[in-house]
Amino acid sequence: MGENLPRVPRGSQLHSDTLSRPVRTLRVKMVLLGSSGVGKSSLAMRFGKDEFRNTSPTVGCAYLTRVVHLSNVTLRFEIWDTAGQEKYHSVTPLYYRGAHAALLVYDISQRETFIRAQVWLKELENQYTPGSTVIWLVGNKGDLVEDRQVSVQEGQSLANDRGLSFMETSALSGEQISELLLAVAHRVYECMGEQQGGLSDWQETPLVDLHHKDTFSPFASCCKVGP
Amino acid sequence: MERDNHQEGVAEGVKICDPPAESNPPADTLATSLSLLGNHMFPDPVERNYGTTVNREEPVDSLLSDVSAEEPSLNAESHSNQVTKLETEETESPECQNNVATQPSDRGAQDAATDSDQGDSGEFVVTMLAKAKLEEQGLGMKGRSSPLLEAGTEEYPAFMSHRDEDVTADSWRQHRKHVFVLSEAGKPIYSRYGSEEALSSTMGVMMALVSFVQSGDNIIRSVYSEENTVVFLQKGPLVLVCVSSSRQSERQLRGELLYVYYQIISMLTQASISRIFEHKKNYDLRRLLAGSEKILDGLLNLVDSDPSFLLAAVHCLPLASSLRDSLSQILQKAITPNLVFSILIARNQLLTIVQEKTVIEDTRLEPADVHLLLNLIGASSAFQAGEIWTPICLPLFNPDCYFYAYISYLDPPECTVCLLLLSTDKEAFYSVAECKRKIEEAMVAQNSLSLIAKVQSYSVSQVGVSDLRHFMYKPFDVPDNYRQLTQFTSPEMEAPYSSEEEKMRLLDLYRYMHSRIHSTSRPLKLIYHVAERETLLAWVTSKFELYTCFSPLVTKACAITAITKLLRWIKKEEDRLFIRYPPKYSTTPNPSKSSRGGKSDQQDSTDNGFLSLL
Repeated sequence: MGENLPRVPRGSQLHSDTLSRPVRTLRVKMVLLGSSGVGKSSLAMRFGKDEFRNTSPTVGCAYLTRVVHLSNVTLRFEIWDTAGQEKYHSVTPLYYRGAHAALLVYDISQRETFIRAQVWLKELENQYTPGSTVIWLVGNKGDLVEDRQVSVQEGQSLANDRGLSFMETSALSGEQISELLLAVAHRVYECMGEQQGGLSDWQETPLVDLHHKDTFSPFASCCKVGP
Repeated sequence: MERDNHQEGVAEGVKICDPPAESNPPADTLATSLSLLGNHMFPDPVERNYGTTVNREEPVDSLLSDVSAEEPSLNAESHSNQVTKLETEETESPECQNNVATQPSDRGAQDAATDSDQGDSGEFVVTMLAKAKLEEQGLGMKGRSSPLLEAGTEEYPAFMSHRDEDVTADSWRQHRKHVFVLSEAGKPIYSRYGSEEALSSTMGVMMALVSFVQSGDNIIRSVYSEENTVVFLQKGPLVLVCVSSSRQSERQLRGELLYVYYQIISMLTQASISRIFEHKKNYDLRRLLAGSEKILDGLLNLVDSDPSFLLAAVHCLPLASSLRDSLSQILQKAITPNLVFSILIARNQLLTIVQEKTVIEDTRLEPADVHLLLNLIGASSAFQAGEIWTPICLPLFNPDCYFYAYISYLDPPECTVCLLLLSTDKEAFYSVAECKRKIEEAMVAQNSLSLIAKVQSYSVSQVGVSDLRHFMYKPFDVPDNYRQLTQFTSPEMEAPYSSEEEKMRLLDLYRYMHSRIHSTSRPLKLIYHVAERETLLAWVTSKFELYTCFSPLVTKACAITAITKLLRWIKKEEDRLFIRYPPKYSTTPNPSKSSRGGKSDQQDSTDNGFLSLL
């Protein structure tokens, strides 16, 4: 799937020594899908900055990154937090195309969002061959137990039926957030880390490249784009 | 339907109240049009209104109780755009009073709230209807005869949302400016205050007014009362209505409605809105606008508080020209194919804007499009989370196509300096994000962020003219900077205009001056206006438009000398106050896409998929 991502231009070998990394860093594209208001942006905020704040509806799609260290590899999650609003549905494929991991988020206190998650699942399944994307069903707002409309069993059994992984989280309290991200990281690495054409390497060269040149002349050749 | 030519300002007090529900005069054209519209316009909960004809202690003094509708005969507008006079007289009858609103305790809490909501909007509706002389027909009966009376109310509380302002409360009526958007089928789309559901009857009647006048091959433009001005704007399948007590001119209010329309277009495109309503007349557009209410709310607040909208010009932050040039150069160098505009914003004002050469050869970037972009950024805190990639339409540039906007703050967590990059290629996120990285790096290298942080708007005292309290200056395009983005400059509002109320009062005075200058019937070049607490002078020439505010004791001669000094000062400072020569770059358009940037993306507007939702 990696080839679908327009890559950050790779830098020349010249600079690779400036970034002495003991382990490889692989890029993982992860997309958050689900109805409006289920807490996708709050989850993304937890992943990215580990904080919670009230968000307003996402416009289009927000992009954040988060680095996860596993024992023998570093995964750089590129998180695409899509807008749940209907007006953006037509452009959502733009965001989830080529994703290695998809989180289908619903709100445990709103049954319709659970149903909506299944619609998203169908759409994803139509697009992909199994195995190319790790799909996670995520019941968010675990803190709203009193208003629960979707039971854990229901979520779990849907996940079992369709071969998904399942977890309940609370972006508000932070519960199960890092567990979820770690689990996704392990799963993605297991499934496609070593595969041919699975995950692509990530190199921080563009920044370093520019920085070096800027030291000498601020305006020199920062307009060169791409390989 | 009688038509009448009143002079501006002639207001006839007309008492209007709810119709006696029993009366049932013969149907005329309006009744016919109502019955045609009936099904869409009056969904179940609405019909209930007319059934609950209950008493109310206070007289029916809703938004439009004293009404005179008149033709703005002073306006030299096209003949077909006459305002139909909508005026009627009714005596109060006990039957048309309503006590539910004032005594909610009569019923179960939930029910009462629901009822009073509807009772109220019904009252407003009926008031309006009365003016149209249609009170006895259809509506009163409709409620009575509806078998769906009860069903409607029960569903009601489920819709209660964050916009659950009580539409029966006096505070709701007292809002200075209401804005409603509805579809041609009378379906509510947006209301500035209160939930659309609670107002669906009100909106239904607004649509009735529109279609009634339309059925006489005419267009309703406005209704005047002593307190309020109601302005209608029809754009394609959408009807926008403003009910304002702000004393702004009809033309200004219509301009504001147009901004609301454009903001909706910027999210959905004109093409897809027409397509949707072609396929399904009674489509509920709120489905597609869900989550965007804040953006429209934000726009209306800006329209009220920011003179940019009145002047149709952008306000850029005063900046030493060397700093502005260096920022422009940074943007100019961070390019990628299909990038068409690079915009740097601080505190909701422009720092600089760089445009693609070939694109602006075709079309210029209109201030209104920039305003919509600035509002989008200001209204959504979501941008502070990370990098945003979103489709967005610039309605004046091309109402049917999307651009893809990359939006990111350069100084988290303060989030004051924002970068906006517009591309025509929806796949370009990574390459555009790369441009941001370059811009960021270059700005770090040049220490630009801390320089920007120090930038202040300026004080009127810097002009060095005593008695001058505030001004707004908008130069017009002159040949040497052809296709320049229209801008204006204005100092900070300082004492005595530091409180919100005083700011608004000054803006209202400017709006008044503006309406006099731009009056369609009797445009003026120069006005010297002695107001209660200040003296204003507005002057428009072929080169500029200027509004000034002086202390009340200034003499005419002093004011004229002061303006000469002011103009000289502006001339001296213009490199700092304006983006003088908006820089350009050339991004070779991707050969697979047709060239000419944003104009090209026609195929894109057709595959944005809204039809699949129907």
